[in-house]
Amino acid sequence: MTDTKPKAVRRLGDIVFANLAFFAGVSILATLATVAAFLFAQSVPAFTGPPIDAASEGFFSYVLPFVFGTVYASVIGLAIATPLAVGIALYISHFANRRFAQILGYAVDLLAAIPSVVYGLWGILVLAPFLSPTFNWLNANLGWIPMFAGQVSATGRTMLTVGIVLAIMVLPIMAALIREIFLQTPRLHEEAALALGATRWEMIKMAVLPFGRPGIISAAMLGLGRALGETMAVAMVLSPSAVISFAVLTSTNSNTIAANIALQFPEAGGNYTNLLIATGLVLFAITMVVNMIARWVISRRAEFSGAN
Amino acid sequence: MSKRIELKSLDVYYKAFLAVQDVSMVIEPKAITAFIGPSGCGKSTLIRTLNRMHEVIPGARVEGQLLMDGEDVYGPDVDPVRVRRQVGMVFQRPNPFPTMSIKDNVLSGYKLNNSRMSKAEAEEITEKALVGANLWNEVKDRLEKPGSGLSGGQQQRLCIARAIAVEPDVILMDEPTSALDPISTAAIEDLAVELKEQFTVVIVTHNMQQASRISDMTAFFNIAGSGLPGKLIEYDKTEKVFSNPTEQQTEDYVSGRFG
Ligand SMILES: Nc1ncnc2c1ncn2[C@@H]1O[C@H](COP(=O)(O)OP(=O)(O)OP(=O)(O)O)[C@@H](O)[C@H]1O
Ligand SMILES: [Mg+2]
Repeated sequence: MTDTKPKAVRRLGDIVFANLAFFAGVSILATLATVAAFLFAQSVPAFTGPPIDAASEGFFSYVLPFVFGTVYASVIGLAIATPLAVGIALYISHFANRRFAQILGYAVDLLAAIPSVVYGLWGILVLAPFLSPTFNWLNANLGWIPMFAGQVSATGRTMLTVGIVLAIMVLPIMAALIREIFLQTPRLHEEAALALGATRWEMIKMAVLPFGRPGIISAAMLGLGRALGETMAVAMVLSPSAVISFAVLTSTNSNTIAANIALQFPEAGGNYTNLLIATGLVLFAITMVVNMIARWVISRRAEFSGAN
Repeated sequence: MSKRIELKSLDVYYKAFLAVQDVSMVIEPKAITAFIGPSGCGKSTLIRTLNRMHEVIPGARVEGQLLMDGEDVYGPDVDPVRVRRQVGMVFQRPNPFPTMSIKDNVLSGYKLNNSRMSKAEAEEITEKALVGANLWNEVKDRLEKPGSGLSGGQQQRLCIARAIAVEPDVILMDEPTSALDPISTAAIEDLAVELKEQFTVVIVTHNMQQASRISDMTAFFNIAGSGLPGKLIEYDKTEKVFSNPTEQQTEDYVSGRFG
């Protein structure tokens, strides 16, 4: 051996795989960049061109109610969906017997496959009338909370209905993801907890939930992403007005960005189209900010993640 | 506290499979009892019946009697959770909770019983358990750091600290040093000898020197063939088992002629 630095052996399989992975990664970035560039380019006229009737008071006062509506509806949806998804996932992974868990798992996966138009129809035709009495009750008994105050909508087509529809839409994917994560809890840690004399619930609190925490956050972000961009269900359920209101039971509700684009686009032309695309850019930005926050939350406790 | 454990014709099953058959023995308090025997003879299975961890596996069950200071561990109104709080367990692979700090790991079992404890109390318990596990000096400056950042041997001692923090009556260790280097192994062996001052210690080991070095009593288990149940072949003082066993099988095993 005279060679001090032997050449590393490069296998064909490794090279092929490395390149495939590289191109997959690059193509995602490229797609993202193209979409962003498109949004940017198309948005510019909305700012530089002559004022549009729909946004007579400037772009930001136009878009603000939609930003609010988007975030508010999604947050309500997520606030409902996350605990439910964690509960369903826990039940499937740690409580139900195997047969039943499997059936439940399929049912959850099926829910995910229903198109959102169907959810929208269901929201209008079934959920809204069904919830109406509950809304009245909430308003009568908890009306002192600003959220539940105001004149209750007669149709039940309110922000809360939208939140619930969104929750049901994002629930399956969240539950499925979280279930997978819970199932991966190392047996070793579960047994450590049990051997210390933890009950099943205590074991879940000690070993399963902390282990699954980053996964729960990721799942919530995925759900949030879907909720933020959801178009049809929201567009169908809400009859929007350009307001910012925290009341979730009234008939004056702000619309979401995506639903607004869907509703206005067919009639829009010229600068109006650019205006709508600019709101799309805002949605894009919101989604990015949300994801960055999620990354930060997860990385803050990376030391304790168990991945080391 | 330290308890005497009495096994009376214990049969241990996984579903229909009889893994360990008809074990009767008395495990003495304030002593180290070693379980030795070839792989698959049911040492882990048997030790896990002592704190009712066996039954966490679906379909796993036990027949016969297991008494702890005369009290039936498998009695109809005995809560397995309560049993496990009195019988600590250390596993083959170190398993501190990765999401908890060193201190929280030590306190994790204690918190199950006493959700509200003062800061001073928590610190006292942490220190006592870590000193007891010979780990205090190494970690006292980083109690808030994650337990998974320790070396394997330190993690195993952390697990021992976690087990003794609740002041159990019995400590079970299933091959606690098989994943460790010789120095960490020696540390754990010394620790086991200290622990027997206070606890009943049961240890499973593949390491014959380890068994003869630290244990007072040795139980040799064997299996006649795959699919057959493991049985207790010989149970006696460690010296006797290693120098002058009664059974030929034991003699063969401890002298390294099979297994
Ligand atoms: N979860 C399980 N389900 C079914 N059978 C099992 C299970 N765990 C162990 N067994 C069987 O029980 C028997 C005893 O296994 P056990 O793990 O107790 O052996 P051991 O003496 O601890 O072996 P080793 O020295 O390799 O750790 C083996 O035949 C094994 O295949
Ligand atoms: Mg074993």
